[in-house]
Amino acid sequence: MNKEYFFYTKKLTVGYNGKPLIKDIEVNLKKGQILTLIGPNGSGKSTILKSITKHLKSICGTIYIDSESIESMSNKDMAQKVSVMLTDKLKTELMTCKDVVETGRYPYTGMLGILSEEDNLQVRNAMELVNAWELRDRDFTEISDGQRQRILLARAICQEPEIIVLDEPTSFLDIHYELELLSILRTLAEERNITVIMSLHELDMAQKVSDLVMCVKGEYITHLGAPEEIFQKELISQLYDLSNGSYNPLFGSFEMERPKGKPKVFVIAGGGTGIAEYRILQKKGIPFVTGILHKNDIDYQLAQDLASEVFFEKSFDPISEAVFQNALDRMNSCNIVINCLKTYGEINMKNKALYREAVSQGKKILESADML
Amino acid sequence: MEKSKNTNYIRYIITLIVLITLFVILILLNIKLGSVDVSVKDIIDILFHGSGNETNYNILWKVRLPRMMASIILGGALALSGFLLQTFFNNPIAGPYVLGISSGSKMMVALVMIAVLSRYHYVNSAALIIAAFAGAMLSMGFVLIISRKVNSVSMLIVCGVMIGYICSAITDIMITFADDANIVNLHNWSLGSFSGTSWKNVGVMASVVLPTSLIVFLMSKPIGAYQLGENYAKNMGINIKLFRIMLVLLSSFLCACVTAFAGPISFVGIAVPHLVKSFLKTSKPLIVTPICFLGGSVFCLGCDLIARTLFAPVELSVSTVSSIFGVPIVIYIMLKKRVH
Repeated sequence: MNKEYFFYTKKLTVGYNGKPLIKDIEVNLKKGQILTLIGPNGSGKSTILKSITKHLKSICGTIYIDSESIESMSNKDMAQKVSVMLTDKLKTELMTCKDVVETGRYPYTGMLGILSEEDNLQVRNAMELVNAWELRDRDFTEISDGQRQRILLARAICQEPEIIVLDEPTSFLDIHYELELLSILRTLAEERNITVIMSLHELDMAQKVSDLVMCVKGEYITHLGAPEEIFQKELISQLYDLSNGSYNPLFGSFEMERPKGKPKVFVIAGGGTGIAEYRILQKKGIPFVTGILHKNDIDYQLAQDLASEVFFEKSFDPISEAVFQNALDRMNSCNIVINCLKTYGEINMKNKALYREAVSQGKKILESADML
Repeated sequence: MEKSKNTNYIRYIITLIVLITLFVILILLNIKLGSVDVSVKDIIDILFHGSGNETNYNILWKVRLPRMMASIILGGALALSGFLLQTFFNNPIAGPYVLGISSGSKMMVALVMIAVLSRYHYVNSAALIIAAFAGAMLSMGFVLIISRKVNSVSMLIVCGVMIGYICSAITDIMITFADDANIVNLHNWSLGSFSGTSWKNVGVMASVVLPTSLIVFLMSKPIGAYQLGENYAKNMGINIKLFRIMLVLLSSFLCACVTAFAGPISFVGIAVPHLVKSFLKTSKPLIVTPICFLGGSVFCLGCDLIARTLFAPVELSVSTVSSIFGVPIVIYIMLKKRVH
């Protein structure tokens, strides 16, 4: 097949005990690309990864690495091409972190597994790359989960693979190490041309680190593409069955369900002043309306997910009379107005008018939803 | 880095020196001590000049020396067998005795002995080893089936102990119905003892145990990889199925050989690997396997010495002594694991 691709599958069907779980997977990867599998728990992400690493026999179809089917590869060849980082809890006994990393050199050492100078250097380089060299003499069972993940990544790196397969590498990691781990993966892909295939739960991270994203859910892979194509509101909401709550592709984040009921609060906001108020109202379960926002306003993004209704104007235009009137009508039905704005500019001057109207109508005016 | 590497080497060398010193001291004591007192001068005469008192000559050459060799070879075999089982089950308290493998061997050996001795006066060593191996595999088979069903480490050990009891019960029934003439022999043997070893036995032991141990040593690399768990080992290029079969066969074979000659000897297989690993502060098989063998030899030399001399001329079984030293260690490991 195509020489252009380093890793590809043809009609790959995976599953356990001969029972197909996901059928006809076709994916093509170039050297140095990062593929991320996303999808709900139990959808089969690990099953696909295990089939790629030959831990699980694929039911039919073929996986090719460097134009060679992995079925026909010897164990040693496979070990020199593909290394893994698994979710298995390791129960080691009296092994230092360095001992664990050294096992990555297994496919390169002789009969008794004695490390050469070159092997030692690779071990050290890998440990330094993940910033874990200072852990070398610590017992592997006595370090934190996050440190353990880094050691296991170093192990995978010093195996000098062409493909690294990682199952949920960021579980147990705090945000600092999560970012660090993903940037190491990016470095491996860019500088060493290593192909990375992994599963991730953190969608925001998947969006930022991947070249290609595969959505795993149901019998067939329905969506496989660049992050820009995959991280769409509808697609992600469908993938994770989000009936309550929603996904915002711009922030790569999820919002809780918008409060239900007839809104009695009107929030005058803009320029990011509304975000904190929207969240407070959501937590308190108070339905609200907000306006008048420009479409390029950051408040607008969140308001869409949380507000019962949003009054908005086109980006960069002054607020029109028509929109103002609609907002005013709606405000009349609310008895509380929260004004987040302290200053007004040329294009949102109508918000000031809205505020004055609220005052003159004798509505309850609050500076923050905290006071509710 | 260099510093830590050096301290490791120093620790390995110190452990080795201590073990070798103990080994030599115990060999000397084993030759010297016993129900009959042989003077040092006589010993030197007998061993190096081939002269001396005929009775003493026979005691040394026909009784003490072969018996000592048996404890050296079989002790090493037991410790290695334990180490392999601990690796296989990823469980520090797995061993040939607690998993019922020794008792399985014992049962089959007793069966063969009774069957053969009722007709002939002599049983071939090879036949005993084969019987012991069959028994070991039988118990191992049960343990493996159980280990598929239960994931809990302690459950596995409990099941192993139960298998051991069943096998011992069957052995006892067979001994009850055996000829009177054989009972004394069988009874001693079924408790675990190095007594009555001949040079011919030593030859067979050595030719079976030493090559098997060498194979284990040469498998240090995959054993080391397997310590990270099956999935990682597979990723390092190991043929897991073959490797697991090898582990089962080698550990059962070593244990079978011990049981065929000396009966079931308890707790050596757990205590020795644990002590060796704690002193070395590593579980790297390349270092642990040879030192484990040596440690097993030293442990059994010591236990046998105590068994022979403590209440001389009455002899204890080796198992009695090895339990007294071994059980506290096992309890210690269990408590330590609980804390983690």
